[in-house]
Amino acid sequence: MNIVIIGNGISGITAARWIRKLSTHNITVISAETDYFFSRTALMYIYMGHMRFKDTQPYEPHFWKKNRIDLIKGYVKDVDFNSKKLQLSSGDGIDYDKLILAVGSTPNKFGWKGQDLDGVGGLYSYQDLENMERYSKGLKRAVIVGGGLIGIEMAEMFHTRHIPVTFLVREKSYWNGVLPNEESDMINRHILEHGIDLRLETELREIIDNGNGQACAVITNKGEKIDCGYVGLTAGVRPNVAFLKNTNLIIERGIVVNEYLETNIEDVYAIGDCSQQKNPQTGRRPVEAIWYTGRMMGETVAYNICGKKVEYIPGTWFNSAKFLDIEYQVYGTVLANPPENHESLYWEHSEGRKSIRLIYDKNTAHILGFNLMGIRYRHEVCEKWINEKTTIEAVLQNLGMANFDPEFFEEYETALIDIYNKKTGKELKLKQKRGLDAVLRFLKI
Amino acid sequence: MSNQSSKSLSLANPHPIYTNTAQKIGLALAVIGVLILFLAFFGVNFPNKGLFLGLSFLGMLVGTAIYAVGSYSAVPEGIKNTAVWHNSLSNRGLWGWIFGIIITGFYVLLYWFPQYLGLGENGASNTGLIALFDPLSYLLNGKPASQWFMYGTIYTVAILAMGYKFILKYKHNKYQVIRTISVMFFQLGIAYLLAELLGNLNSKDSLYYAKDLKNMWPLNYYFFEDWHLKGMLGGGNMGLFFLVWGLLMIFVVSPFLTYKYGKRWYCSWVCGCGGLAETAGDPYRQLSDKSLNAWKIERWLIHLVLLSVVVTTIAVLFTYFQNTPYRMLFVWGVVGFLLVLTLLMFSLRKKIEGISKIMPLLLIGGCVVVALVFLMNVFSGNSNVFFIESWKLKQWYGFYIGAAFSGVIGVGFYPIMGSRVWCRFGCPMAAILGIQQRIFSRFRITTNGGQCISCGNCSTYCEMGIDVRSYAQKGQDIVRASCVGCGICSAVCPRGVLRLENGTVDISTRTVQERAIHITDEKVSVIGM
Repeated sequence: MNIVIIGNGISGITAARWIRKLSTHNITVISAETDYFFSRTALMYIYMGHMRFKDTQPYEPHFWKKNRIDLIKGYVKDVDFNSKKLQLSSGDGIDYDKLILAVGSTPNKFGWKGQDLDGVGGLYSYQDLENMERYSKGLKRAVIVGGGLIGIEMAEMFHTRHIPVTFLVREKSYWNGVLPNEESDMINRHILEHGIDLRLETELREIIDNGNGQACAVITNKGEKIDCGYVGLTAGVRPNVAFLKNTNLIIERGIVVNEYLETNIEDVYAIGDCSQQKNPQTGRRPVEAIWYTGRMMGETVAYNICGKKVEYIPGTWFNSAKFLDIEYQVYGTVLANPPENHESLYWEHSEGRKSIRLIYDKNTAHILGFNLMGIRYRHEVCEKWINEKTTIEAVLQNLGMANFDPEFFEEYETALIDIYNKKTGKELKLKQKRGLDAVLRFLKI
Repeated sequence: MSNQSSKSLSLANPHPIYTNTAQKIGLALAVIGVLILFLAFFGVNFPNKGLFLGLSFLGMLVGTAIYAVGSYSAVPEGIKNTAVWHNSLSNRGLWGWIFGIIITGFYVLLYWFPQYLGLGENGASNTGLIALFDPLSYLLNGKPASQWFMYGTIYTVAILAMGYKFILKYKHNKYQVIRTISVMFFQLGIAYLLAELLGNLNSKDSLYYAKDLKNMWPLNYYFFEDWHLKGMLGGGNMGLFFLVWGLLMIFVVSPFLTYKYGKRWYCSWVCGCGGLAETAGDPYRQLSDKSLNAWKIERWLIHLVLLSVVVTTIAVLFTYFQNTPYRMLFVWGVVGFLLVLTLLMFSLRKKIEGISKIMPLLLIGGCVVVALVFLMNVFSGNSNVFFIESWKLKQWYGFYIGAAFSGVIGVGFYPIMGSRVWCRFGCPMAAILGIQQRIFSRFRITTNGGQCISCGNCSTYCEMGIDVRSYAQKGQDIVRASCVGCGICSAVCPRGVLRLENGTVDISTRTVQERAIHITDEKVSVIGM
């Protein structure tokens, strides 16, 4: 059987690897972006000089031959679902028996005037990075539009090259649609501490052409004109599905798939950023452009293609990021605008760069989520507590078990317990400090 | 993408124009310090040598400190790897090669042509660079400086100066700070000052015993050579203490500490070679080769070095015992020891299978072959128990491994092959501790569920060339013989995935299956639960 995967990102490559583990089918991966799989999340580190491009490739070139995964560098122009044939822009045709669409995202553009000028770009693909590099030399200022995870990455990138950055954020505090107020405020302070020009409640109105088709300034919704040589568009991403629009494939925001990641067309699957769940798990969005969900879908689709039907169950939500120097981890449900029954327990370090937040249900006392800034917690431990509906008090007394900070780092779990005790009048004590033995006993590994 | 090359000598900033005032002053002072050494090397005869040597060290130490403060104190604490691959000194560019050639040249002179460094031969007094160190040497051990005194002093200054810089760079990371204070302490206090003072005691009766308390066999390959043994045996209580301490270190202290904490207790907390790599070598850690091929070469090379030091040591000891009543006691002692090792390995092989199938077999094979060759020659009356005269083996080992590999390549190639070339490919001590680490240590690096984003920072900054990411992205714990536990992978991880841990639960429990997301027969679940 010929299995063809379009897209060599984390979703497509995970699918290829698992199909190889489970079967001897022929596997072909097509990408127009790069010769080999690289970690998209590491693009910023190439620009900043932490790594070379080849360091972001998790597998050496010989890996693909050894595992009989054929790689084709080419752009798929057309898909003929009836005759099961792909048309490459090079003119070559490729037949498939099963097709996996893992074509990823593309940066959002909201119809701004000047959004297609030279010197305007997002940060998603390797080509976007090349574009940033092209305009960096002698760049006097960059304006970044959109206060999300990519926006702050792009701000950090330019900042490390000593290029002044103006960072336009529509909301009244950085990423406060996701982060609770205190954490969001912490990041505002941290952005300013780095000397980045953060403009809250500021939107892009238009990008000005310098007369040669290149961006030279932006005008904000407040009427201010900011001169700049580069405009970064980082107001989210959307599924990269334009080239499939005139087919029988059902596409809403993304390619619609059922719980087995099957599209409406037989033998065609869609995974990762470009897919949209018809019936998402409760509390989850239909389109989740996240590294981890892409990886889970890749594994799931491999099982489905290799004859073992399994549903895509993303499980308990988790994510992580790094805002300049502050690491962020989240496990479970932590909402910026929580419903009435969500009770929050929040501790913040006096230096204002570390915090721990526990969310629990006011009525049942069950733990719901963990939000960490500048402190590392164990995924498996937090997840198990959430899944087993452990009570907040049981969690608090064993909280050291979740701590994943390096040896000798200070442990702040007692500070959190003190806050809880003050709030409730109880006298809980920390029973379990940081350490592996207790964790492995708890996880029964 | 990294065509953004920079000619700045600064390792922290991408462009010379951004070198701030403090950095400029610091750099200037450090350059003056180094310049004094260069001038002495090229024959400038400084009038007051003690003063100029002091000025040189002051320049290097204070200059580096001011430079480091300039680099790290004005910016928020965090990972400071910006422009590492854009800087020609740290990306194998022109400056890297120039620097590499200079240090390599220095080592060639140091080991084989010390006269060009100014060592006075046949009783003549020192000149040039080494003469500059005479006053300090008289102060510490009452003798004129040797090339080794000069080298040890510069080595210590390098660890102190660059150690301070490293501490500022990682001031937010307590593990790094404490670890670096430890290597600085062991170099300055134990390996340098105490050893020089003890050397003073040596000279009284002109007998020699080990001076550096922490330098054990087989890194200290001459521990069992006859002159050294005689020195210790004839060195009174002190000599005897060093003999007993040396043996305890090899057979008791080091296996115990490795069992508790992994080989890091030595390699990245105590060892002098490790100390230099972790401080002066830190700007080059990213240059280690992470390919599968490099790993294959590493495994063969380091264990062949171990084999050759074992063979050489047995041969040398046999020569020592040959004409004594202890001859056969020694023979059976060696054979017995190898037999115990073989049996131990045989009984452990099932337990280790999950981590390595081939390692126990090779170790068993190695022990058996060495024992058989040894016995065969002993009983056929051949005094060269490994076919070659023991002094020749000793000489070869000293030349090729002790000097060429550990010194010239080990440090000279920092800017080309990274800071741990010797530790990774050659050090027999690291080989032994590595075997212990894999077989019976509690140390492992754990991974944090499904949080890995495969970015590659951990692998890139692993000085030992371990492809950390290949484990982390599968959710597997990392148990590798070569891991020296420096903790940098954990520090540079942007997603909080890695943690160095000691635990009583078997290290191989979470090393086998792919764990990040797992589909079992019943259901899909995150992280194999």
